[in-house]
Parts: sequence; structure tokens; C-alpha cells
Amino acid sequence: MAGAGTTPDDPYIGRGFVRADGPAKVTGAALYVDDVRPRGCLYGATVRSPVARGRLKGLRRDPDFDWTDVVIATAADVPGENVIALMTDDQPVLAHDELRHVTEPVALVAAPTRDRALAAARHVEVLYEALEPLFDPLKAADNPIRIFGDDNIFSRLEMVHGDGLDGMAQAEAAGARLVRGSYAVGLQEQLYIEPQGMIAQPREDGGLTIFGSMQCPYYIVKALKRVLGHDRLNVVQAVTGGGFGGKEEYPSMVAAHAAVLALKTGRPIKLIYRRDEDLQATTKRHPAFMTYTTAVDPASGRILAADVDLLFDGGAYNTLSPVVLSRAILHALGPYAVPHARLNARMVATHTPPNGAFRGFGAPQVMFAAERHLDRVARAMGFDPVALRRTNLYRDGDVTPSGQRLFDVASLEVLDRALAAAEAPLPPSMVATRPGGGQAAGRRKAGRGLAIAWHGCGFTGNGEAALAGEADVSIDGHHVLIHTASTDIGQGTDSIFPAIVADVLGVDVQRVHNAPHDTADVPDSGPTVASRTAMVVGRVVEQAAHSLLDALRAEAQWPGAEDADFDTLLERRPSDAPLRVRARYEDAGAEWDPETYRGDAYPTYGWSCVVVDVEVDTDTGEVLYRRLVQATDVGKALNPVLAAGQLEGGALQGLGYATSEAVVLDDRGAMRNNRLTNYIIPTALDAPPMETILVEYPFAGGPFGAKGIGEIPHDVPAPAVAAAIEDATGAVLDRLPMTPEAVLDALEARETPAETPGAAR
Amino acid sequence: MKIQFELNGAPTAVEATPMARLLDVLREDLRLTGTKEGCGEGECGACTVLIDGRAINSCLVPVVQVRGAKVQTVEGLARDGRLHPVQQAFVDHGGAQCGICTPGFVVAAAELLARDPQPDAITIREALAGNLCRCTGYQKIIDSVARTLSGDEEAAR
Amino acid sequence: MMTSAAPVHTPADLADALALRAAHPAAWLLAGGTDIMVYLEAHAIDPPAFIDLWGLPELRGVDSRGDHIRVGACADYTTLIDDPAVRAHLPPLVEAARTVGARQIQNRGTIGGNIANASPAGDTMPVLLALDAVLELQSAARGLRAVPLADFYTGYKRTVMAPDELIAAVRIPKPAKADRLHFRKVGTRLAQSISKVVLGGRLRLDGDTVTEARLGWGSVAATPVRSPKAEAALVGQALSPSTIEAAVAALDGDITPIDDVRSTAGYRVRVAGRILRSWLESLRG
Ligand SMILES: Cc1cc2nc3c(=O)[nH]c(=O)nc-3n(C[C@H](O)[C@H](O)[C@H](O)COP(=O)(O)OP(=O)(O)OC[C@H]3O[C@@H](n4cnc5c(N)ncnc54)[C@H](O)[C@@H]3O)c2cc1C
Ligand code: FES
Ligand code: FES
Repeated sequence: MAGAGTTPDDPYIGRGFVRADGPAKVTGAALYVDDVRPRGCLYGATVRSPVARGRLKGLRRDPDFDWTDVVIATAADVPGENVIALMTDDQPVLAHDELRHVTEPVALVAAPTRDRALAAARHVEVLYEALEPLFDPLKAADNPIRIFGDDNIFSRLEMVHGDGLDGMAQAEAAGARLVRGSYAVGLQEQLYIEPQGMIAQPREDGGLTIFGSMQCPYYIVKALKRVLGHDRLNVVQAVTGGGFGGKEEYPSMVAAHAAVLALKTGRPIKLIYRRDEDLQATTKRHPAFMTYTTAVDPASGRILAADVDLLFDGGAYNTLSPVVLSRAILHALGPYAVPHARLNARMVATHTPPNGAFRGFGAPQVMFAAERHLDRVARAMGFDPVALRRTNLYRDGDVTPSGQRLFDVASLEVLDRALAAAEAPLPPSMVATRPGGGQAAGRRKAGRGLAIAWHGCGFTGNGEAALAGEADVSIDGHHVLIHTASTDIGQGTDSIFPAIVADVLGVDVQRVHNAPHDTADVPDSGPTVASRTAMVVGRVVEQAAHSLLDALRAEAQWPGAEDADFDTLLERRPSDAPLRVRARYEDAGAEWDPETYRGDAYPTYGWSCVVVDVEVDTDTGEVLYRRLVQATDVGKALNPVLAAGQLEGGALQGLGYATSEAVVLDDRGAMRNNRLTNYIIPTALDAPPMETILVEYPFAGGPFGAKGIGEIPHDVPAPAVAAAIEDATGAVLDRLPMTPEAVLDALEARETPAETPGAAR
Repeated sequence: MKIQFELNGAPTAVEATPMARLLDVLREDLRLTGTKEGCGEGECGACTVLIDGRAINSCLVPVVQVRGAKVQTVEGLARDGRLHPVQQAFVDHGGAQCGICTPGFVVAAAELLARDPQPDAITIREALAGNLCRCTGYQKIIDSVARTLSGDEEAAR
Repeated sequence: MMTSAAPVHTPADLADALALRAAHPAAWLLAGGTDIMVYLEAHAIDPPAFIDLWGLPELRGVDSRGDHIRVGACADYTTLIDDPAVRAHLPPLVEAARTVGARQIQNRGTIGGNIANASPAGDTMPVLLALDAVLELQSAARGLRAVPLADFYTGYKRTVMAPDELIAAVRIPKPAKADRLHFRKVGTRLAQSISKVVLGGRLRLDGDTVTEARLGWGSVAATPVRSPKAEAALVGQALSPSTIEAAVAALDGDITPIDDVRSTAGYRVRVAGRILRSWLESLRG
């Protein structure tokens, strides 16, 4: 536990050391942005577009409302460029001419209380000339209604692997069977429990301090430099109540708004979203339409060739959509070796609120399709789904569609470990059902489903090399501080980095802390995304700790210093001058061609197998979760408790994606079910008991062998559920979410006088 | 109007609009910000407090209704500088991740443990079903409550 | 956020509450507030004043009296779940209470609030309809009158309650030994869930012949409803497969669900029939 010493034989890493922020979080002492109230602050609120597409004609203030203490800001008040800088400069801070999606920010208000601000925003009417919107992503490309560029395509990717479509033709000629299927997934909301929020505080030098809920402080620095027209700003992360990607890029918008108001009023501005506003205005997971054709050898079940078409809906602005599409195409075939493939992917624009980063970043979409497609092959050709997977899973030495040769592949081990664990009965102490509830037991059908994921850890290709993330370690008296921009959004960075450094230095972890994530102090270690923080930045932090030891030894003038331990070095320092060292990401020499998409797409991959037990109520189509087992390759579990917690949380998000999390849009493209009473995430009663097996295939490039694990748990719960529903009832569902309504339709479609047996397991 | 009640064991008086949400009075007027707001409509449980020993969503309670009542917030669970056993269990067993839901969970769990010191998994799930967590998948929260030490065990620690 | 600046009247006792009700007909009665506070947060209502019933002991008790149980309007769900008489005689009401929201809502929401709020999705009303519950409506001017719950609703969120009345209690006849009782909620999830379809059922059997049938429904019409056609298809019949199919078919004529953000009319119609069939089939043993 905490306080235990650390020795080479008894390191923190690998143990369930308690998280540094635990006590503050359980007592309510931890300060989230809404818990902070700067002296003299005003409250902000946002006036939003009521239409999907229109020409902005102006604003009208309700003459009956008392405007005395209210300040209004519009695009004209943006001091620098009216743009949220991200990948392309297409999204404005505030709309000035064109309205491109419902809920697009048009104006801002500030008032002395939050109530006044919200009331004022409700009394500003947006005047516009309505134009015909384009909602259907299938009709977006080349539509005469233009949203982006001259074809409404944000980005387009094509990959050819092996002989591409020729491989398909050859396989077919040689007797392979073609199986074709289409799959679709809808929007999903991140639903961090803390809504978006930001404080902008004027500084004495005319600059600003931004403080708030975020994943990526340097994204905000980059965006605000252009909005402000100068770089007198620092960005500080508050304790952040969940992100899941939803606080990757969107906080730049919230921060820009708070900044504009702070500059206009000269006062600190606190801008906290209401839940209903957050749901309607912020980014979601991209919907996707996916078509797979595979050539399969009827004797062995080997997939010989694949043709994949992916269409993703980016919404009205580009945000990070090209990167999502990139991850989607690279993961599209799932964890299976296919010698010949052609993959096509497009990201189109529609007049709906922009979609953006969400845990998995395109992978959950395509892996739903890939896994469902494999089940289709099994069904169509009479294979056992598990055996079919075993036949096709990547093994050491196999080559991915980008031409990357894989090593230390954990695919078979995660499969075997998950299956073995699921064979054992659920421990009675975990059983989470109670008899009764009025459901007719005879109407419930039980089933088990399985799905397997691979997930590239870290940035794609040479992303890390290009970013060259940095981390500092410094001495502060008896204590050691770690300086990175890598935020803790619940996943435990503020506990894991100190444990890494404590083990390198051989000191009590209580003496090692992450410094506040304040861009005035910390170097740019890159964004907290892409399952890269523990693995990539953790490694840089590890190196920085070694550099600190080296620096101490270098300044020591006494004999034997080269073998002395950290505390001795510290004690015998010649001076107490500040000491701070920096380490930088070392390029492992990834070979990657971003033009052809050939090369090492990711530094390494994680592997995971999920087994889900369900009961399907055949009266209602309700899917009840009874058990979830996952075996996941984490490289090295830096902290098994935190690792399992990440994997379990991700898996439950995946179950929500599977059956309950439908986003219903109205005829303006606005989320109709923008409340927690009708955007349905699982409660503790809906969630199954979860067993998590940590498999460790170390990655040489990660600290102590660790791989990124943030995203993989969300990748395949949904297809596992679909397989379990099929196992239980025979009903085949190829779209998400599989709501009770959809399941009942599928069940009724099968209900014939002769009872059809369930699909083979 | 002036509202008097007992807050975390101490008599308290605030000047507030009668229909003001207890949540806002706690957070804004009394600056007890451990009680969180996740939805403002009774769905997420982040604002859970104990009113006369019962777990209640403070976003749904007009402050006028707590006149004369005993209100306990997350700040009032720890005693004499020691965490409440369930708080300690959340720290030890991974019950808190981002932590925004945690105050609500520990308060709701404290209510449960007061009436059922050794609840089984399904009882825990039912008692905590009014608290949404998006980070943990609930398993570590259930484990934390199940492994909360009794007073005696706590003393023996 | 400040939800309402309106004043709140706090009566000392029931008589005082009735007097305030008569004096302020536009004021809203406030019980557990679990509906009202949500409406205020959504700016859906803006009452000029409130009358707080929460603290009135006269409205809170649960008494077992001979052939019925009298539940005070301000009894909360946790009280119902824990009450020995309710547990012994009215198990489906306990089941219903256990599915309302989750613990925090059950600790605060009241049965009177559920009934008066008049949502078609309210979870207790289908059971109360099946149990032939009778409301005690009380006013200062006219005293007490008893209104069967089946006659209480006149349209979407409309009731026969007069502006000077309140619900004082719900009288629930104790079911006979031979009565088969049922509660089934089909919601959006297993807790914190608003119903897509709710069924409360009571069937009296003499041998295998149905002598009395009550089917109460939620979320299938503008108000909580009974299904007289389906009930009629059952009464006097042996509970045979053909009777069951006749009742399920008749149900179509009783219910008029709509599409909303939670589900579709088509789903509700089909599910109502299916859960009715399943229950009736389970009674055939
Ligand atoms: C998160 C959440 C989950 C919920 N889940 C469910 C659910 O699963 N099932 C369900 O049915 N409901 C649910 N509800 C709704 C609500 O909790 C219930 O309807 C509850 O019973 C309302 O009671 P209350 O005392 O809180 O009503 P209040 O909000 O105080 O009042 C509701 C209405 O009833 C009137 N009223 C109250 N008492 C009386 C009286 N004695 N006489 C006349 N009029 C009166 C009020 O004027 C008001 O119009 C949920 C609410 C929330 C916030
Ligand atoms: S803020 Fe009160 S329940 Fe969500
Ligand atoms: S720990 Fe983040 S929501 Fe529960």
C-alpha cells in the first residue's frame, strides 16, 4: 500500500498502489472547474443556431428583458482570427455569416450569475434566412449543396494490400466463396459525468489564464493563440470529470468563448455547460456505413481477400475526422491476416453537429463490422465462429494491410484465456440478478458471444516522431516533480507517472508528484489521447528520471557517485540549485509513408478478447447482461487495479454502444433525447459482473513494457453482444444500437411456426 | 428567507429563496463543493446527500424542505481526520477514477451500509443504481462497497 | 441554479393545507418534488407559489384497515417497499415501487405525486388500477370524496381533481387469496428508467375459469388506462390458449400508444400483447 518503500525487489510498478488523488476524490476536496469561483467572476452562456443551415441575419434582444448587467459578444468581438485551429481552419469561434449546424455558437453573453446568463441567452433571438440542409451522409458526396470543399468529402483514403482486388478475383477463380455484408453504426455520446466547463481569467500582462476541464492543454494553447492574436496565455487543467475523447478538441471551443468574454468584460469568466446543452452541442462518435466483401476458402475457412468500403459522417466541420478515418481504415479488417485487400474510406460532411474524438477513434465502428462479418461468414459457410477466428487470427510474422510485420502477437492467448475464464462458473459473490421482477423466465433465452480486437497503441505512423513529446523531472527539496501536459482524466496518469519515477529513483512514491498541468510550466508532451499517455509519455518520463540520476551523478564530485543511490546523491549535492532535466521522445525509426499508407502503422498493438453472456427477453427484445469476461494484452500492467478499472469502464461503454445508446435527431439535426433520462447509459443494475484478465506481452518501447490500454476495451463488446443475441435467439443484427425495438423486429422476422434452432456457437 | 438546519452535525442558517435547490445552497452559498452536479434532474446521483439519514438527490430538493432536517454531505463523512470506511475502501480498491461521481457514490453507499452492513452484490447494485458512473463499469465500485471494513475491522487495521 | 423565485407556503397541518389550497388555487402542491424540480429545471412550468405537503404527518402514514390498506398520499416509495402490510398484501405495488427511479428517487418521490402528476408512464397507476384503488380527494369546502382511480383521469395530464382539492390518501382493497397479481415494467433500462409499457394485472380464478379481470396499463395511451375489451375477453372464460389469444387480440382496441423519443407506437402495441400473453400463459401452470 501507500508508504511502502520501494526496492528493486519490491517496485510500485505492477502493484495496485493507491491512486494519488484518491483521498481528495472520495472526500469531495478535489477541485473541478465548477468548484472554483474566481473573485469578481461573471458567468457565461452561449447563444446557438436554431437551424441546421442558414444565413445569419443578426440578433434580436427581447425588449422586455432587463439587459442592464448583461454583456453580449459576437464574432466581431473575436480579437484575432475567428477560427478554432485544429486540422483545417473551417470552424469559427462564433458563426458570422453562414450557419452550418443546429446548436452552432452564434453569440455569447456574460452576467453576474449563472441564472442571469442563461436567462439572457434564452432572450437573444438568432435571425436567419433558412437554407436547405443536407443530412444524409449517403448522399453527401458531390451533392450540389456544398458544405466542405467541392465534393463534401473531408478526407478520403485508399489502401491496397497484396494484389488487392486481383487477389479477390484469383481467389474466386480458385473456388473461394464470396461473402458480402453491410453494417452500420449510429452516433454515440461520450457522456463524461462532468459537463464541459472553462474559466478564463485576465492576467496582469494583458494575457489570459485558462483553467478547466480538458484532456489536451496544448490544443487550447494552439487554438487560442490564433483567436487572441498573441501568445500571452497559459492553460491549466482542473481536476477533470471524465473525457473519453469528448474533452480532446471541444474544450478549445469552450475556452475560446470564455476568453472572448473575459477580454470584452475584463473580468474572469466562468462558462459551464448545462447537461442538455452539452449533449446537443458537443461532438459525438461518428456514424458509419460499412460494406465488406470477403473471399473465403470453403475448406479451411481462411479469408483470402477482402474488399472494404467505409463511409463515415463527420458532421458540419472537419475537427479531427481525418485521423478518425485513418484509424478506421487501418483497423478495418480486425485482428485477422488477409493476404489481399482493397480498402476504401471516405469522411463526408453533413449539416449535423460535428463529430469528433471518442475512445477508440474509428476502431469500434469498423471492428463491429469486421466481427459481425466474420459471424456472417461462419453462418453462411457453416463454420464455428470461434474456430473461424482461430484460423484467421494474426500470428507472429503475419503482415498487416499496411505491410507491417507483427511480432509478440497475443491474439491466441487472449482468446484462450478469455474462453477458459468464461468456462468457469461465475463466482457466487458476483452474481447480480435477483429472481422476480415480473419477467416470465420462460421467455428469456440465454446466449454467449465472443469478439476479438486489436488496437494500435499511440499515434499512427510517424506521429510521435513528428510531435517529439517532452517531459521534465525536477527536484523540489526532498520531493521530485514530473512536468508533463499529459492530464489525468480519471485513468490515473497522476499516479502512474510518479510510480514510474519512484521506481527508477528507488524512492517512496509519496515523494513524487505530477506538477500541475499548467502550460506555463510543463513542456508539450502531446495530447492525452490515442492510448499513448502511459506508453509513450510514460517512457519519456522514465527516461527523464534516468536523466535526473545522470545529472545528479554528473554534478557529484565525489568518488563512488556513479553507483550511489538517489537519496545519497541528493544529500551530498554540492549546492541546492534548482535541478530540472528534460527528456524527449526518441524516434524508434518507424517507417511510414503517409501518402501510400504503407509501413509501420503503429509502434505496437494491444489484443483483447471479450466474452459476453446475455439473456434476451423474447417478449420485449430487451438484452440483459449477465457476465462479461475480457482478456486483454496490456504489455505490462503498471497498476493492475487501474488497468482493470480502465478496461471495465471501457467495456461498459461498449455495452451501452451495443444496445442502449441511441442518439435521436430531430428534423434540424438536433439531439432530441438530450437528457440523461432518455440518452440511456447503463446503471449498476444494467452492468454485468465483469472479470478482467490482464495478459502481458511486453512492448520494448513502453515503460516497463507497458502498452496503451485506454481504447481497446471499447472496441468489441458490441459485436460480442450481437453474437450473443444470435446465439440465444438466432436473430441477426448488423446495426448499432441494437435497441429492444430493433431486437424485437429481428426476433419477429424469425418467428415462424417451426421454431428455428439458434445459430451454432 | 432564513433556513435553519443541521449540516454535517453543526447548526446552520442560510438566507435563500425557498425554492432554491439544496445543491446550489450547499455549493454556492455554503461553498461545500464536494457535492457535484452532473445533470440537474435526478438522473446521475452526483449530488447525493443524506437528509435525515436517507440518500437524496440534492438537485431535486428545494432548500425550504430541509428546514429542521439533518443534512450530511460527503464532507461530513470523514470523522476525526479518518476517512469513512467506505471512502477508504474506494481509495483502496479502485472505486474512484475521474472522481466526479465518487462523492455521490460514497454517500449512497454510506446509506446502504448503515442499514445493511454486509450487502451482497445485487443489493449493492440496486442501492447504487441511482448513481451513474462512466469510468469504472461499476465493478470496482461494487467491490469497494463489498470490501468496506466494518467498524471492528477498521479499528484492527 | 435558481429554479423558481416563487414563495412556498408551509402548512402546519392538513386543515391548514386545505385552507391554503382554497386560498391559492393557482399554487402548486409540492410533495417530494421529484417531478416538480425537473419541470422547473427544464423551464417547463412557472407556478406563482407552492404549498409544501412534505412535512405533514397526516399524509404520510400507511394503515392496514380491515379489507383495505390506506396509503397516505405523501408516503414515499421506500416506505411502501419496507411496509409489512404492503409487502404482505400488495406485492406488485412493492415491485412497482422498486422500479421507480432508483434509491434516491424512492426515498423522496411519493405515491400521491405519482398519481397527481398524471404521467401516462407513471409506474404505480397500472397496479393501482388492477387493484381497484380509490383516491381520497379532500377539500376545505366539501370535505372528503372517494374517486376510483379508474375515474380519475380525463385526458392527457388532466384529472377530476378540483383546484381546491388534494389527494389525501389512496385506499387499496386487499386482494383475495385466489387473486393472481402481476407487475411488469418494460423500461429503457433496469433502473432510472421511464416505462415504455407497464402492466399491472389482477385475475380472479375459480378453478381455471376467470371470474374477474383487471388489467392496468401505462405508456400505452394518453393516461394510465384499463383495457376493458381485453378484460371482457377473459371474464367467464376458461384460461385456455384461445381465450388468451382473444384477450391479446382485444387489447388492440383498448390501447392507443404513440411514437415518442423513447419508443414507438408499434413496439408498444406488440410488447403489450406479448407481455400479457406471457403472464396469462404462466397462470395456466
Ligand atoms: C430520476 C427520476 C426517475 C424517476 N423514475 C420514475 C419511475 O421509474 N417511475 C415513475 O412512475 N416515476 C418516476 N419518476 C417521477 C417521480 O419521481 C414520481 O412521479 C413521483 O412519484 C412524484 O412524486 P413527488 O412527491 O416527488 O411529486 P412532486 O414533484 O412533489 O409533485 C408531482 C405532481 O403532483 C402534485 N401533487 C403532489 N402531491 C399531491 C397531492 N397529495 N395531491 C394532489 N397533487 C399532488 C404536484 O402538484 C405536482 O403536480 C422519476 C423522477 C426522476 C427525477
Ligand atoms: S445532479 Fe442531481 S442527480 Fe444529477
Ligand atoms: S469515476 Fe468518473 S464517472 Fe465515475
